[in-house]
Amino acid sequence: MIETSELTAERIKEYLNLGKRFDDRKLDEFREIVIETGVSKNAEGSARVKVGKTEVLVGVKMDVSEPYPDSQDKGNLMVTAELLPLSSPRFEYGPPQFDAIELARVIDRGIRESKFIQLEKLCIKEGEKVWTVFIDIYTMNDDGNLFDAAWLGAIAALKTAKIPKYEEKEEKVIYGERTKDNVPLAEYVPISLTVYKIGNNLIVDPTKEEEDIRETRVTVCSSDGTIFSMQKGNVKELSVEEFSNILDLVEKTEREIFKKIEKNLK
Amino acid sequence: MTTKETHSKEFKRPDGRKPDELRKITAKVGIIPNADGSAMFSFGDTVAIAAVYGPKKMHPQHSQNPEKGTLRCNYNMLSFSVSERIRPGPSRRSTEISKITEWALEPVLMINDFQGNVVDVHISILQANASTRCAGINAAVMALAHAGIPMKNLVSSVSIGKLDKQLVVDLIKEEEDWEEGEGATDIPITFTADGKITHIQLDGKITKKQLKEAIELARESCKKIYEIQKKALKEVGEEK
Repeated sequence: MIETSELTAERIKEYLNLGKRFDDRKLDEFREIVIETGVSKNAEGSARVKVGKTEVLVGVKMDVSEPYPDSQDKGNLMVTAELLPLSSPRFEYGPPQFDAIELARVIDRGIRESKFIQLEKLCIKEGEKVWTVFIDIYTMNDDGNLFDAAWLGAIAALKTAKIPKYEEKEEKVIYGERTKDNVPLAEYVPISLTVYKIGNNLIVDPTKEEEDIRETRVTVCSSDGTIFSMQKGNVKELSVEEFSNILDLVEKTEREIFKKIEKNLK
Repeated sequence: MTTKETHSKEFKRPDGRKPDELRKITAKVGIIPNADGSAMFSFGDTVAIAAVYGPKKMHPQHSQNPEKGTLRCNYNMLSFSVSERIRPGPSRRSTEISKITEWALEPVLMINDFQGNVVDVHISILQANASTRCAGINAAVMALAHAGIPMKNLVSSVSIGKLDKQLVVDLIKEEEDWEEGEGATDIPITFTADGKITHIQLDGKITKKQLKEAIELARESCKKIYEIQKKALKEVGEEK
Protein backbone atom coordinates (compact mmCIF):
# COMPACT_ATOMS: atom_id res chain seq x y z
CA MET A 1 0.00 0.00 0.00
CA ILE A 2 0.95 3.64 -0.49
CA GLU A 3 3.93 2.88 -2.69
CA THR A 4 5.56 5.78 -4.43
CA SER A 5 3.74 6.45 -7.72
CA GLU A 6 5.40 6.19 -11.10
CA LEU A 7 4.84 9.86 -11.68
CA THR A 8 6.66 10.75 -8.47
CA ALA A 9 9.40 8.29 -9.35
CA GLU A 10 9.92 9.95 -12.74
CA ARG A 11 10.08 13.36 -11.16
CA ILE A 12 12.57 12.27 -8.48
CA LYS A 13 14.83 10.89 -11.22
CA GLU A 14 14.58 14.09 -13.28
CA TYR A 15 15.53 16.11 -10.23
CA LEU A 16 18.47 13.84 -9.37
CA ASN A 17 19.82 14.20 -12.90
CA LEU A 18 19.94 17.93 -12.22
CA GLY A 19 21.69 17.27 -8.90
CA LYS A 20 18.60 18.23 -6.91
CA ARG A 21 16.24 16.58 -4.44
CA PHE A 22 12.66 17.35 -3.37
CA ASP A 23 13.77 18.60 0.04
CA ASP A 24 16.52 20.80 -1.36
CA ARG A 25 19.38 18.60 -0.21
CA LYS A 26 22.47 17.78 -2.21
CA LEU A 27 22.82 14.17 -3.34
CA ASP A 28 25.46 13.47 -0.70
CA GLU A 29 23.77 15.40 2.09
CA PHE A 30 22.18 13.90 5.20
CA ARG A 31 19.02 15.16 6.84
CA GLU A 32 19.32 16.65 10.31
CA ILE A 33 20.49 14.08 12.85
CA VAL A 34 19.24 14.28 16.44
CA ILE A 35 20.58 11.83 19.02
CA GLU A 36 19.15 11.60 22.51
CA THR A 37 20.53 9.07 25.01
CA GLY A 38 19.16 7.62 28.24
CA VAL A 39 15.60 7.43 26.92
CA SER A 40 14.59 4.21 28.71
CA LYS A 41 15.73 3.88 32.31
CA ASN A 42 15.59 0.11 32.65
CA ALA A 43 17.91 -0.40 29.72
CA GLU A 44 21.66 -0.57 30.38
CA GLY A 45 21.96 2.02 27.63
CA SER A 46 19.46 3.53 25.21
CA ALA A 47 19.14 6.06 22.44
CA ARG A 48 16.55 7.74 20.29
CA VAL A 49 17.84 8.77 16.87
CA LYS A 50 16.02 11.00 14.45
CA VAL A 51 17.27 11.39 10.92
CA GLY A 52 14.81 13.82 9.40
CA LYS A 53 11.42 12.23 10.05
CA THR A 54 12.87 8.75 10.45
CA GLU A 55 13.05 7.74 14.10
CA VAL A 56 14.40 4.63 15.85
CA LEU A 57 14.79 3.57 19.46
CA VAL A 58 17.69 1.34 20.42
CA GLY A 59 18.22 -0.28 23.80
CA VAL A 60 21.12 -2.31 25.21
CA LYS A 61 20.42 -5.02 27.77
CA MET A 62 22.94 -7.42 29.32
CA ASP A 63 22.68 -10.84 30.86
CA VAL A 64 25.06 -13.58 31.96
CA SER A 65 24.92 -16.83 30.02
CA GLU A 66 27.05 -19.60 28.56
CA PRO A 67 29.48 -18.74 25.78
CA TYR A 68 29.00 -20.04 22.27
CA PRO A 69 30.96 -23.25 21.55
CA ASP A 70 33.26 -21.43 19.09
CA SER A 71 34.07 -18.51 21.38
CA GLN A 72 34.56 -19.88 24.85
CA ASP A 73 36.40 -16.84 26.17
CA LYS A 74 34.30 -14.07 24.64
CA GLY A 75 31.05 -12.35 25.42
CA ASN A 76 28.04 -12.86 23.16
CA LEU A 77 26.39 -10.28 20.97
CA MET A 78 22.80 -10.45 19.85
CA VAL A 79 21.12 -7.85 17.68
CA THR A 80 17.40 -7.87 16.91
CA ALA A 81 15.29 -5.40 14.96
CA GLU A 82 11.55 -4.98 14.92
CA LEU A 83 9.76 -2.94 12.30
CA LEU A 84 6.88 -1.92 14.54
CA PRO A 85 3.50 -1.48 12.81
CA LEU A 86 3.32 1.64 14.97
CA SER A 87 5.97 3.25 12.78
CA SER A 88 4.53 2.79 9.30
CA PRO A 89 1.27 1.77 7.59
CA ARG A 90 3.35 -0.75 5.63
CA PHE A 91 4.54 -2.82 8.59
CA GLU A 92 2.50 -5.68 9.95
CA TYR A 93 2.65 -8.00 12.93
CA GLY A 94 3.89 -11.51 12.67
CA PRO A 95 7.23 -13.28 12.72
CA PRO A 96 10.10 -11.05 11.59
CA GLN A 97 10.06 -10.58 7.82
CA PHE A 98 13.17 -10.44 5.69
CA ASP A 99 13.59 -6.65 6.01
CA ALA A 100 13.79 -6.79 9.79
CA ILE A 101 16.13 -9.77 9.74
CA GLU A 102 18.45 -8.12 7.24
CA LEU A 103 18.50 -4.88 9.21
CA ALA A 104 19.49 -6.69 12.40
CA ARG A 105 22.12 -8.78 10.66
CA VAL A 106 23.75 -5.85 8.88
CA ILE A 107 24.02 -3.94 12.18
CA ASP A 108 25.25 -7.09 13.96
CA ARG A 109 28.03 -7.68 11.45
CA GLY A 110 29.11 -4.05 11.50
CA ILE A 111 29.55 -4.15 15.27
CA ARG A 112 31.09 -7.62 15.32
CA GLU A 113 33.53 -7.20 12.46
CA SER A 114 34.67 -3.72 13.46
CA LYS A 115 35.34 -5.12 16.96
CA PHE A 116 33.60 -2.06 18.35
CA ILE A 117 32.58 -4.08 21.42
CA GLN A 118 35.61 -5.75 22.99
CA LEU A 119 33.85 -9.05 23.51
CA GLU A 120 37.01 -10.68 24.89
CA LYS A 121 36.71 -8.38 27.92
CA LEU A 122 33.17 -9.62 28.62
CA CYS A 123 34.25 -13.10 29.68
CA ILE A 124 33.54 -13.87 33.35
CA LYS A 125 34.73 -17.50 33.44
CA GLU A 126 36.10 -19.13 30.33
CA GLY A 127 33.84 -21.81 28.91
CA GLU A 128 31.20 -21.21 31.56
CA LYS A 129 30.03 -17.66 32.03
CA VAL A 130 30.14 -14.64 29.80
CA TRP A 131 28.10 -11.48 29.34
CA THR A 132 25.63 -11.36 26.50
CA VAL A 133 25.04 -7.92 25.04
CA PHE A 134 21.59 -7.54 23.49
CA ILE A 135 21.05 -4.66 21.11
CA ASP A 136 17.36 -4.28 20.31
CA ILE A 137 16.27 -1.91 17.58
CA TYR A 138 12.70 -0.63 17.27
CA THR A 139 11.43 1.65 14.54
CA MET A 140 9.25 4.57 15.64
CA ASN A 141 8.70 6.30 12.30
CA ASP A 142 9.98 5.06 8.96
CA ASP A 143 10.77 7.77 6.47
CA GLY A 144 13.65 5.97 4.79
CA ASN A 145 17.21 4.94 5.64
CA LEU A 146 16.50 2.81 8.70
CA PHE A 147 19.90 1.15 8.25
CA ASP A 148 21.91 4.25 9.08
CA ALA A 149 19.54 5.52 11.78
CA ALA A 150 19.64 2.11 13.49
CA TRP A 151 23.43 2.09 13.35
CA LEU A 152 23.74 5.50 14.99
CA GLY A 153 21.25 4.36 17.64
CA ALA A 154 23.24 1.21 18.36
CA ILE A 155 26.50 3.15 18.69
CA ALA A 156 24.98 5.82 20.95
CA ALA A 157 23.22 3.25 23.16
CA LEU A 158 26.44 1.26 23.55
CA LYS A 159 28.46 4.38 24.35
CA THR A 160 26.18 5.20 27.28
CA ALA A 161 25.58 1.65 28.55
CA LYS A 162 26.69 0.65 32.05
CA ILE A 163 27.24 -2.99 33.00
CA PRO A 164 24.79 -4.25 35.65
CA LYS A 165 26.05 -5.67 38.92
CA TYR A 166 26.79 -9.39 38.92
CA GLU A 167 26.72 -11.38 42.16
CA GLU A 168 29.27 -14.09 41.51
CA LYS A 169 28.43 -16.25 44.51
CA GLU A 170 24.73 -16.39 43.80
CA GLU A 171 25.35 -16.30 40.04
CA LYS A 172 22.74 -13.60 39.69
CA VAL A 173 22.56 -10.32 37.82
CA ILE A 174 21.31 -7.52 40.06
CA TYR A 175 19.45 -5.36 37.56
CA GLY A 176 18.51 -2.53 39.89
CA GLU A 177 22.18 -1.76 40.55
CA ARG A 178 24.55 -0.77 37.81
CA THR A 179 28.30 -0.67 38.10
CA LYS A 180 30.22 2.38 36.93
CA ASP A 181 31.81 0.26 34.22
CA ASN A 182 31.10 1.05 30.62
CA VAL A 183 30.71 -1.70 28.08
CA PRO A 184 34.31 -2.16 26.85
CA LEU A 185 34.46 -0.46 23.46
CA ALA A 186 37.12 0.26 20.87
CA GLU A 187 38.67 3.72 20.85
CA TYR A 188 37.57 4.41 17.31
CA VAL A 189 33.92 4.77 16.33
CA PRO A 190 33.09 2.89 13.14
CA ILE A 191 30.30 4.35 11.05
CA SER A 192 27.94 2.32 8.89
CA LEU A 193 26.59 4.13 5.86
CA THR A 194 24.30 3.13 3.04
CA VAL A 195 24.59 4.45 -0.50
CA TYR A 196 21.57 4.12 -2.79
CA LYS A 197 21.63 4.01 -6.56
CA ILE A 198 18.75 5.57 -8.48
CA GLY A 199 19.21 5.76 -12.26
CA ASN A 200 22.79 6.91 -12.76
CA ASN A 201 22.94 8.76 -9.47
CA LEU A 202 24.26 7.79 -6.08
CA ILE A 203 22.63 9.31 -3.00
CA VAL A 204 22.82 8.96 0.77
CA ASP A 205 20.06 9.12 3.37
CA PRO A 206 16.99 8.70 1.15
CA THR A 207 13.48 9.64 2.22
CA LYS A 208 10.92 6.85 1.90
CA GLU A 209 9.95 8.00 -1.60
CA GLU A 210 13.55 7.91 -2.76
CA GLU A 211 14.21 4.60 -1.03
CA ASP A 212 11.20 3.07 -2.80
CA ILE A 213 12.66 3.69 -6.24
CA ARG A 214 16.27 2.67 -5.48
CA GLU A 215 17.70 0.13 -7.83
CA THR A 216 20.34 -1.11 -5.47
CA ARG A 217 22.02 -0.14 -2.21
CA VAL A 218 25.34 -0.82 -0.52
CA THR A 219 25.88 -0.60 3.23
CA VAL A 220 29.48 -0.14 4.31
CA CYS A 221 30.77 -0.14 7.87
CA SER A 222 34.13 1.56 8.11
CA SER A 223 36.41 3.75 10.17
CA ASP A 224 39.10 6.02 8.73
CA GLY A 225 39.22 4.22 5.40
CA THR A 226 39.30 0.71 6.85
CA ILE A 227 36.28 -1.31 5.81
CA PHE A 228 34.91 -3.91 8.21
CA SER A 229 31.69 -5.13 6.66
CA MET A 230 29.60 -4.58 3.60
CA GLN A 231 26.31 -5.66 2.14
CA LYS A 232 24.84 -5.02 -1.27
CA GLY A 233 21.07 -5.24 -1.29
CA ASN A 234 18.54 -5.53 -4.14
CA VAL A 235 18.85 -6.77 -7.67
CA LYS A 236 20.47 -4.19 -9.95
CA GLU A 237 24.10 -4.71 -10.95
CA LEU A 238 26.93 -2.20 -10.38
CA SER A 239 29.90 -1.45 -12.60
CA VAL A 240 33.37 -1.48 -11.05
CA GLU A 241 33.52 2.26 -11.56
CA GLU A 242 30.21 2.81 -9.81
CA PHE A 243 31.36 0.62 -6.97
CA SER A 244 34.51 2.63 -6.58
CA ASN A 245 32.44 5.83 -6.56
CA ILE A 246 30.34 4.35 -3.77
CA LEU A 247 33.44 3.72 -1.68
CA ASP A 248 34.61 7.30 -2.24
CA LEU A 249 31.21 8.66 -1.27
CA VAL A 250 31.19 6.51 1.87
CA GLU A 251 34.62 7.75 2.93
CA LYS A 252 33.68 11.37 2.42
CA THR A 253 30.32 11.06 4.17
CA GLU A 254 31.71 9.01 7.04
CA ARG A 255 33.88 11.93 8.13
CA GLU A 256 30.98 14.37 7.92
CA ILE A 257 28.66 12.15 9.91
CA PHE A 258 31.32 11.54 12.52
CA LYS A 259 31.79 15.30 12.97
CA LYS A 260 28.03 15.74 13.35
CA ILE A 261 27.59 13.09 16.01
CA GLU A 262 30.94 13.32 17.81
CA LYS A 263 29.52 15.44 20.62
CA ASN A 264 26.79 12.86 21.27
CA LEU A 265 29.24 10.05 21.74
CA LYS A 266 31.20 11.34 24.72
CA MET B 1 -13.18 11.83 49.50
CA THR B 2 -15.38 8.91 50.54
CA THR B 3 -12.50 6.64 51.40
CA LYS B 4 -11.47 8.27 54.64
CA GLU B 5 -11.62 5.12 56.75
CA THR B 6 -8.92 3.44 54.72
CA HIS B 7 -6.79 6.54 54.27
CA SER B 8 -4.57 6.50 57.29
CA LYS B 9 -2.58 9.69 57.21
CA GLU B 10 0.57 7.96 58.45
CA PHE B 11 0.80 5.47 55.60
CA LYS B 12 4.14 5.81 53.87
CA ARG B 13 4.42 4.96 50.19
CA PRO B 14 7.88 3.99 48.93
CA ASP B 15 8.11 7.13 46.78
CA GLY B 16 6.59 9.45 49.40
CA ARG B 17 3.29 10.08 47.61
CA LYS B 18 -0.03 10.49 49.41
CA PRO B 19 -2.38 7.49 48.99
CA ASP B 20 -4.56 9.31 46.45
CA GLU B 21 -1.69 11.06 44.66
CA LEU B 22 -0.95 10.19 41.04
CA ARG B 23 2.60 10.24 39.74
CA LYS B 24 3.56 13.14 37.51
CA ILE B 25 1.62 12.76 34.27
CA THR B 26 2.78 13.92 30.87
CA ALA B 27 0.61 13.67 27.79
CA LYS B 28 1.47 14.68 24.27
CA VAL B 29 -0.47 14.28 21.05
CA GLY B 30 1.00 13.96 17.56
CA ILE B 31 4.37 12.24 18.00
CA ILE B 32 4.54 9.85 15.03
CA PRO B 33 4.37 11.61 11.65
CA ASN B 34 3.43 8.48 9.66
CA ALA B 35 0.40 7.67 11.82
CA ASP B 36 -3.15 8.97 11.35
CA GLY B 37 -3.18 9.74 15.06
CA SER B 38 -0.61 9.30 17.82
CA ALA B 39 0.01 10.13 21.46
CA MET B 40 2.36 9.61 24.39
CA PHE B 41 1.14 9.20 27.96
CA SER B 42 3.26 8.67 31.05
CA PHE B 43 2.71 8.01 34.74
CA GLY B 44 6.14 8.88 36.17
CA ASP B 45 8.61 6.35 34.78
CA THR B 46 5.96 4.38 32.90
CA VAL B 47 5.90 5.64 29.33
CA ALA B 48 3.43 4.45 26.68
CA ILE B 49 3.05 5.58 23.10
CA ALA B 50 0.19 4.78 20.78
CA ALA B 51 -0.33 5.14 17.05
CA VAL B 52 -3.56 4.76 15.08
CA TYR B 53 -3.74 3.67 11.46
CA GLY B 54 -7.13 3.68 9.81
CA PRO B 55 -9.98 3.30 9.26
CA LYS B 56 -8.74 1.16 6.35
CA LYS B 57 -9.94 -1.96 4.54
CA MET B 58 -9.59 -5.05 6.69
CA HIS B 59 -7.30 -7.76 5.33
CA PRO B 60 -7.72 -10.67 5.02
CA GLN B 61 -11.19 -10.29 3.63
CA HIS B 62 -12.70 -13.08 5.72
CA SER B 63 -11.94 -11.05 8.88
CA GLN B 64 -14.12 -8.19 7.66
CA ASN B 65 -17.26 -7.49 9.61
CA PRO B 66 -20.02 -6.47 7.17
CA GLU B 67 -22.10 -4.97 9.97
CA LYS B 68 -19.67 -2.62 11.67
CA GLY B 69 -16.09 -1.43 11.81
CA THR B 70 -13.47 -3.38 13.77
CA LEU B 71 -11.14 -2.05 16.43
CA ARG B 72 -7.85 -3.91 16.65
CA CYS B 73 -5.37 -3.13 19.45
CA ASN B 74 -1.88 -4.37 19.95
CA TYR B 75 0.01 -3.88 23.19
CA ASN B 76 3.73 -4.45 23.04
CA MET B 77 6.54 -3.98 25.58
CA LEU B 78 9.94 -3.09 24.19
CA SER B 79 12.51 -5.67 25.22
CA PHE B 80 14.52 -3.15 27.24
CA SER B 81 11.56 -1.44 28.93
CA VAL B 82 11.92 -3.64 32.03
CA SER B 83 14.96 -4.55 34.12
CA GLU B 84 15.16 -8.17 32.95
CA ARG B 85 15.05 -8.17 29.15
CA ILE B 86 11.91 -9.67 27.66
CA ARG B 87 11.97 -11.50 24.37
CA PRO B 88 10.71 -9.26 21.59
CA GLY B 89 7.37 -10.25 20.10
CA PRO B 90 3.96 -11.26 21.42
CA SER B 91 3.42 -13.20 24.65
CA ARG B 92 0.34 -14.58 26.40
CA ARG B 93 0.34 -11.54 28.65
CA SER B 94 0.54 -9.01 25.82
CA THR B 95 -2.15 -10.85 23.86
CA GLU B 96 -4.54 -10.57 26.78
CA ILE B 97 -3.75 -6.92 27.46
CA SER B 98 -4.32 -6.15 23.77
CA LYS B 99 -7.83 -7.59 24.00
CA ILE B 100 -8.57 -5.90 27.34
CA THR B 101 -7.53 -2.61 25.74
CA GLU B 102 -9.97 -3.15 22.85
CA TRP B 103 -12.77 -3.82 25.32
CA ALA B 104 -11.85 -0.74 27.33
CA LEU B 105 -11.96 1.51 24.27
CA GLU B 106 -14.74 0.14 22.10
CA PRO B 107 -17.73 1.36 24.16
CA VAL B 108 -16.89 4.99 23.38
CA LEU B 109 -16.03 4.53 19.69
CA MET B 110 -18.61 5.13 16.99
CA ILE B 111 -17.30 2.86 14.26
CA ASN B 112 -20.56 1.14 13.36
CA ASP B 113 -20.60 2.89 9.98
CA PHE B 114 -17.11 1.65 9.05
CA GLN B 115 -18.36 -1.71 7.74
CA GLY B 116 -15.56 -3.91 6.42
CA ASN B 117 -12.92 -1.55 7.81
CA VAL B 118 -10.47 -1.75 10.67
CA VAL B 119 -8.97 0.83 12.99
CA ASP B 120 -5.55 -0.34 14.18
CA VAL B 121 -4.15 0.89 17.48
CA HIS B 122 -0.52 0.04 18.17
CA ILE B 123 0.71 0.56 21.73
CA SER B 124 4.34 0.34 22.75
CA ILE B 125 5.69 0.58 26.28
CA LEU B 126 9.05 2.36 26.12
CA GLN B 127 9.79 2.29 29.82
CA ALA B 128 7.93 0.39 32.51
CA ASN B 129 7.36 0.94 36.19
CA ALA B 130 3.92 -0.73 36.65
CA SER B 131 0.50 0.47 35.42
CA THR B 132 1.61 -0.01 31.81
CA ARG B 133 -1.80 -1.17 30.52
CA CYS B 134 -3.46 1.92 32.04
CA ALA B 135 -0.88 4.23 30.46
CA GLY B 136 -1.38 2.35 27.17
CA ILE B 137 -5.16 2.82 27.25
CA ASN B 138 -4.78 6.51 28.08
CA ALA B 139 -2.37 7.02 25.17
CA ALA B 140 -4.57 4.95 22.83
CA VAL B 141 -7.74 6.93 23.39
CA MET B 142 -5.87 10.19 22.76
CA ALA B 143 -4.38 8.78 19.55
CA LEU B 144 -7.87 7.72 18.40
CA ALA B 145 -9.21 11.20 19.04
CA HIS B 146 -6.22 12.67 17.23
CA ALA B 147 -6.94 10.42 14.24
CA GLY B 148 -10.45 11.85 14.13
CA ILE B 149 -12.21 8.56 14.82
CA PRO B 150 -15.76 9.48 15.88
CA MET B 151 -16.21 8.88 19.57
CA LYS B 152 -18.78 9.65 22.25
CA ASN B 153 -16.28 10.37 24.95
CA LEU B 154 -12.75 9.82 26.18
CA VAL B 155 -11.82 7.06 28.60
CA SER B 156 -9.25 7.34 31.38
CA SER B 157 -7.49 4.49 33.10
CA VAL B 158 -5.73 4.12 36.44
CA SER B 159 -4.50 1.34 38.69
CA ILE B 160 -5.72 1.16 42.25
CA GLY B 161 -3.73 -0.87 44.73
CA LYS B 162 -4.40 -2.24 48.15
CA LEU B 163 -1.15 -2.49 50.10
CA ASP B 164 -1.86 -4.52 53.21
CA LYS B 165 -5.09 -2.68 54.15
CA GLN B 166 -4.33 0.67 52.58
CA LEU B 167 -5.81 1.81 49.26
CA VAL B 168 -3.48 3.78 46.98
CA VAL B 169 -3.68 5.05 43.40
CA ASP B 170 -1.28 4.55 40.49
CA LEU B 171 0.93 1.68 41.64
CA ILE B 172 4.67 1.52 41.06
CA LYS B 173 6.61 -1.75 40.74
CA GLU B 174 7.75 -1.68 44.34
CA GLU B 175 4.12 -1.46 45.47
CA GLU B 176 2.98 -4.22 43.10
CA ASP B 177 5.47 -6.48 44.89
CA TRP B 178 4.25 -5.43 48.38
CA GLU B 179 4.58 -8.35 50.80
CA GLU B 180 3.69 -6.97 54.23
CA GLY B 181 0.36 -7.84 55.86
CA GLU B 182 -2.23 -8.80 53.28
CA GLY B 183 0.19 -8.13 50.44
CA ALA B 184 -0.71 -6.27 47.28
CA THR B 185 -3.99 -6.20 45.40
CA ASP B 186 -3.81 -4.67 41.95
CA ILE B 187 -6.97 -3.25 40.35
CA PRO B 188 -6.62 -1.50 37.00
CA ILE B 189 -9.84 0.34 36.12
CA THR B 190 -10.95 2.35 33.11
CA PHE B 191 -13.74 4.93 33.24
CA THR B 192 -15.51 6.85 30.51
CA ALA B 193 -15.58 10.60 31.12
CA ASP B 194 -19.23 10.27 32.18
CA GLY B 195 -18.42 7.69 34.82
CA LYS B 196 -19.06 4.26 33.26
CA ILE B 197 -16.62 1.41 33.79
CA THR B 198 -15.30 -0.10 30.55
CA HIS B 199 -12.52 -2.20 32.05
CA ILE B 200 -11.70 -3.64 35.45
CA GLN B 201 -9.34 -6.38 36.52
CA LEU B 202 -8.29 -7.53 39.95
CA ASP B 203 -5.51 -9.67 41.35
CA GLY B 204 -5.19 -10.18 45.08
CA LYS B 205 -7.64 -10.19 47.93
CA ILE B 206 -10.17 -7.53 48.91
CA THR B 207 -13.54 -7.15 50.64
CA LYS B 208 -16.62 -5.95 48.79
CA LYS B 209 -16.68 -2.79 50.87
CA GLN B 210 -13.09 -1.92 50.05
CA LEU B 211 -13.54 -2.73 46.38
CA LYS B 212 -16.35 -0.17 46.24
CA GLU B 213 -14.04 2.35 47.84
CA ALA B 214 -11.35 1.46 45.31
CA ILE B 215 -13.76 2.12 42.46
CA GLU B 216 -14.70 5.46 43.97
CA LEU B 217 -11.02 6.34 44.29
CA ALA B 218 -10.42 5.34 40.67
CA ARG B 219 -13.30 7.53 39.55
CA GLU B 220 -11.77 10.58 41.26
CA SER B 221 -8.32 9.87 39.77
CA CYS B 222 -9.74 9.33 36.29
CA LYS B 223 -11.36 12.76 36.43
CA LYS B 224 -7.90 14.27 36.94
CA ILE B 225 -6.42 12.18 34.14
CA TYR B 226 -9.27 13.16 31.82
CA GLU B 227 -8.47 16.86 32.28
CA ILE B 228 -4.84 16.24 31.29
CA GLN B 229 -5.83 14.20 28.23
CA LYS B 230 -8.31 16.88 27.16
CA LYS B 231 -5.69 19.60 27.56
CA ALA B 232 -3.14 17.73 25.44
CA LEU B 233 -5.72 17.22 22.68
CA LYS B 234 -6.68 20.87 22.73
CA GLU B 235 -3.03 21.90 22.47
CA VAL B 236 -2.50 19.94 19.27
CA GLY B 237 -5.76 21.35 17.92
CA GLU B 238 -4.46 24.87 18.44
CA GLU B 239 -1.16 24.12 16.68
CA LYS B 240 -2.91 23.27 13.43
